[in-house]
Amino acid sequence: MKQPDSVKDIGRNPGQPMAQINPLEQIPLPPPFDKIDEEPTFAQITDEAREKFVVLDDTIAVNIPKPQNKEEEDRLVQGFLSGLEKCMSTEDNWAFLQPFEMSMEHCAHCQTCSDACPIYEESGENELYRPIYRSEILRRIYFKYVKKESPKVHGDIDLNWEVVARLIELSYRCNICRRCAQTCPIGVDNALLSREIRKIASMEMGIVPKELHKDGSVLQLEVGSSTGMTPMIVKDNIEFIDEDTAERTGITIETPWDVEGADILLIHNAGEIMAWPENPGAFATVFEAAGLSWTMSSEAVAYDGINYGVWYDDVQFARVAVKHAAAAKKLGVKKIVLGECGHAHKALTVIADKILTGDLNIPRESSMVTLRDIIRSGKLKLDPSRNDFPVTLHDPCNLVRLMGIVTPQREILEAVLPPGRFREMAPHGVENYCCGGGSGFAIMSGHNFQDWRHRMTGRRKFRQILEAFSDEPMDKEHPKYLCAPCSNCKGQIRDIINYYDAWEKAGIYYGGLVELIVNAMVDAEPGFIDWEWH
Amino acid sequence: MMTTLAYIIAYIGLAFFLVAVAARFMMWSKMPMHLRWELYPVAHEGKGRAAYGGSYLEESDWWQKKREVSMLGELKVMVPEILFLVALREHNVKLWKWSFPFHFGLYLVAAATIVMMVGGVAGALLPAALATPVNGIIGAVLPFLGGAGLVLGIVGALGLFARRRGRSLRDYTAPADLFNLLFFIVVFGVALATFLGFDRQFALVSAFVANLVTFNLAPLAAGGTAALMVLLSAVLLTLLTAYIPTTHMSHFVGKYFAYHSIRWKDDPNLQGGKQEKVIEELLSRPISWSASHIKGDGKKTWLEAATEEPEVKEK
Repeated sequence: MKQPDSVKDIGRNPGQPMAQINPLEQIPLPPPFDKIDEEPTFAQITDEAREKFVVLDDTIAVNIPKPQNKEEEDRLVQGFLSGLEKCMSTEDNWAFLQPFEMSMEHCAHCQTCSDACPIYEESGENELYRPIYRSEILRRIYFKYVKKESPKVHGDIDLNWEVVARLIELSYRCNICRRCAQTCPIGVDNALLSREIRKIASMEMGIVPKELHKDGSVLQLEVGSSTGMTPMIVKDNIEFIDEDTAERTGITIETPWDVEGADILLIHNAGEIMAWPENPGAFATVFEAAGLSWTMSSEAVAYDGINYGVWYDDVQFARVAVKHAAAAKKLGVKKIVLGECGHAHKALTVIADKILTGDLNIPRESSMVTLRDIIRSGKLKLDPSRNDFPVTLHDPCNLVRLMGIVTPQREILEAVLPPGRFREMAPHGVENYCCGGGSGFAIMSGHNFQDWRHRMTGRRKFRQILEAFSDEPMDKEHPKYLCAPCSNCKGQIRDIINYYDAWEKAGIYYGGLVELIVNAMVDAEPGFIDWEWH
Repeated sequence: MMTTLAYIIAYIGLAFFLVAVAARFMMWSKMPMHLRWELYPVAHEGKGRAAYGGSYLEESDWWQKKREVSMLGELKVMVPEILFLVALREHNVKLWKWSFPFHFGLYLVAAATIVMMVGGVAGALLPAALATPVNGIIGAVLPFLGGAGLVLGIVGALGLFARRRGRSLRDYTAPADLFNLLFFIVVFGVALATFLGFDRQFALVSAFVANLVTFNLAPLAAGGTAALMVLLSAVLLTLLTAYIPTTHMSHFVGKYFAYHSIRWKDDPNLQGGKQEKVIEELLSRPISWSASHIKGDGKKTWLEAATEEPEVKEK
C-alpha cells in the first residue's frame, strides 16, 4: 500500500499518485465473499488519463487538466486563494461562515474522527483518506497564505498548483456523511471542510465533476431534470408507470398533475421514474388508496427533487430550492412531501430552511412521516405475511443523522412485515454508515471511479448488509430484501450488488420502503415485489 | 517591589483573559445566521427523541405544533461532557486517559483559585465570627483541590505531550502545540513545587489572592525563597491564563457555539416568523464568486443570483 508520509507530501512528487490500495490487503468481507483473491478486479486508470489529468491516487473524479504553462499554474493557485478568502467573508459565505471558521480554528488533531470514517478504515488506514489529512492541508494554506500567521503555530505547507489540484480531487474522496463530525469532541466538521473545498473549486474556479454540475444541476435548471426529462416526457413516463402499476396490482391509478389547491405536492427524485418506476407507482397507489389530496407538478425542475448543489455549490443549491418552492407556491399546496430521496429531503427541508421566506416558505414534510400516518390511519388493509422474507433497513445519512428522521420508517416496517423478519444493521440509526454513494458518488462513474467507490466507500455498507443477513442461507433460493428509502443510496447499493454479483450469489435484493407497503396491501394483487433483478 | 510587580502582572493577565474570552464570545455570536447544519442526536429534542437521535421532523405537520425543547436534556449532555469529556471517552478512550486528567486538573486548579478568591472576599466583608469558619473550611479543602489539580494537570499534559510525539500525531503537530503543553507542564510544575516545598496549606498563595481581590497590594507574610516561589507561581499561572484565549485552546468558547449554534441549532424558520427578516437581509448581501455560472460582480445579490434564469446552455 502506498500512502503519504506527511501532510506536505500533497505538493511533492508531481504527477505521481500519492496513494495506492492493494485490494488484496483489504479486510476480507463476510461469507460468501470472504475470499479476497476471488473479489472482482479493480480497473486501473488508463495511461492516457494519467497523462492528461491531475492524479491523486487510484482513480480520478474531477478531471482537472494538468496546466500547460506557468500562467495556468498560477491561475489555479490564485483562484483557490481568492475562493478561500471569500469563504471568510460575511457577504460571500454568510451561509456557512460560522461552521467553516469553527472547523478551521479549533481542530486539536486528536484523530478521534479517523475511526469513524469508513473510507479511512476500509482503505487499510491509508493516511491520504484520514479525515483530517485534507482538512489539515486546507488549514495550513488558510493560516499561512490567507491569514498570514506563523507556520510555527499552525503547521507549514508550501503552496503550488499541484497542492491545489490534488486537494480539490481529494475533496471528492469524502462522502460528506458527517460521521466524523459526530464523534469530534470539540465539534469540528471535516466533512463540511470537504464541501467548502468543493465550493471554492466550483464557485470561484469553475472546477466540478461534470456529473454533478454540467450533467446535474445545470441540466436540471435548463431542461427540468438531471435525467434529461422534459415536462412532456416526465408526464408520459408517469402515465406509463401508472398503467404498469395498475396491471401489477389490479388497482387503477392516475397520478394527478398540476392540481391547484391540493394538500400535497409530491416531489420524487426523477431517478426513481427512470430507474425504479415501481417506486412512484407504489406512492401513487398508496396515496390514492388513502384518499389523499395530492399532486405532482409538471413545472420544470419541480418534478425532480434532486439538488446536487447541496454537495458542492451554494448558488446552484439555492437556485434549485427556489424552483421547487416556486412550483409549490404556484399550485397553492399546503405542503411539499419529499419522496424517497435523502439529499432531496435535507436540501429542501433543512438547508433551504434559511433561504425560503414569505410565500415561498411552504412547509416541507418527509414521505416517511406521510406514509407512517397513512399506516396509522388504518385506511390500508395490510397482510404482513405477504412480506415473509428477511428484511434489513439502510438508514440514509441525510434522512437520519442529518435530519433526525429515525422511527417513522421503522414503524412502517413493523406494520408491514411479519414478526421476526426485520433485523437492524449494526450500527444503525444516527450512527449508521453511508451507503458509499453519498455526496454525489452514486452518480459519478468516470474512468474507474465506480470500482474505486465499490472497493473503498461502499465496502463498509456491503459488509454491514452481509452481517445483517448472516443468520440466513446466503443463496438466491433464499431472497433477502434490503430496504433503502433513498434514490441515491439505491443506485449505490444496486451497483455494489452488481459488482459482487450478490443477487446471484447471496440472494440479496434491494428496493424502497413504499414498495413493501404495496406488497402487503390486501387490495392489491400479490407479488408487487417481483424479485426480478433489473 | 517584586510583590507589587506580581500583583500588577496578575491584574493585567486576568483582565486580558476576561477581555480575550469576551472578544472570542462576541466574535462567534456576531457571525451571521448560517444555513442549518445540525447533527443528530440533538440533546434538547423533547418527547424522548434525544435518546435515539430523533427530531421534530418525525411529526406530520410539525410546523403547526408546539416544539418541545428540553433545557434539562441539554444539561444532561453538557454537564457530563464538560466535566468528564464523555464524547472523547466514548470515541477515543486512549486519548481520554490523558485528556481527562489534564482537563479535570485544570478545573480543579480553577476551582481552587475561585475558592481562594471567595475566601479573600469573605475575609474582607464578613465579620470575623463568620469569616473564620468559612476560611477554615476553605483552608481544609484547598490543598486537596489545588494539589490534586496540579498533579492531574501535569500527568495529563505529559501524556498528551508523549502522544503528540507518536506516529499518528507527529505530522499534525506544530511547534506551538508542543510549546502549549510544555508551558502547562512548567507552570504547573513550579506551582506544585511551591505547594510541596513551601506552602503545603496554600496559606501564602491564598493571602496573595485575597490581597488581589481586595486590592490590598501588601507584601506576603513570608520572605525569601517561599515568597519568591509563590510570586513566581502566581505570575506564571496568570501568564498561562492570559495566553490560553489567544490560541486554539480557546475551544472552550468555540465548543459552546459548535454545539448551540451549529450541531443543535434546529429551530425552524416559520412562515411569517422573525427569522424571515434576517434571511431577507442576508439574501440582499452582494456576491462576488467568480465562476462563470455565478458571475458575481460584488453588486449582484444572493437573491438575484438564486433567482436568475440560466443564460446559455453550457456545452
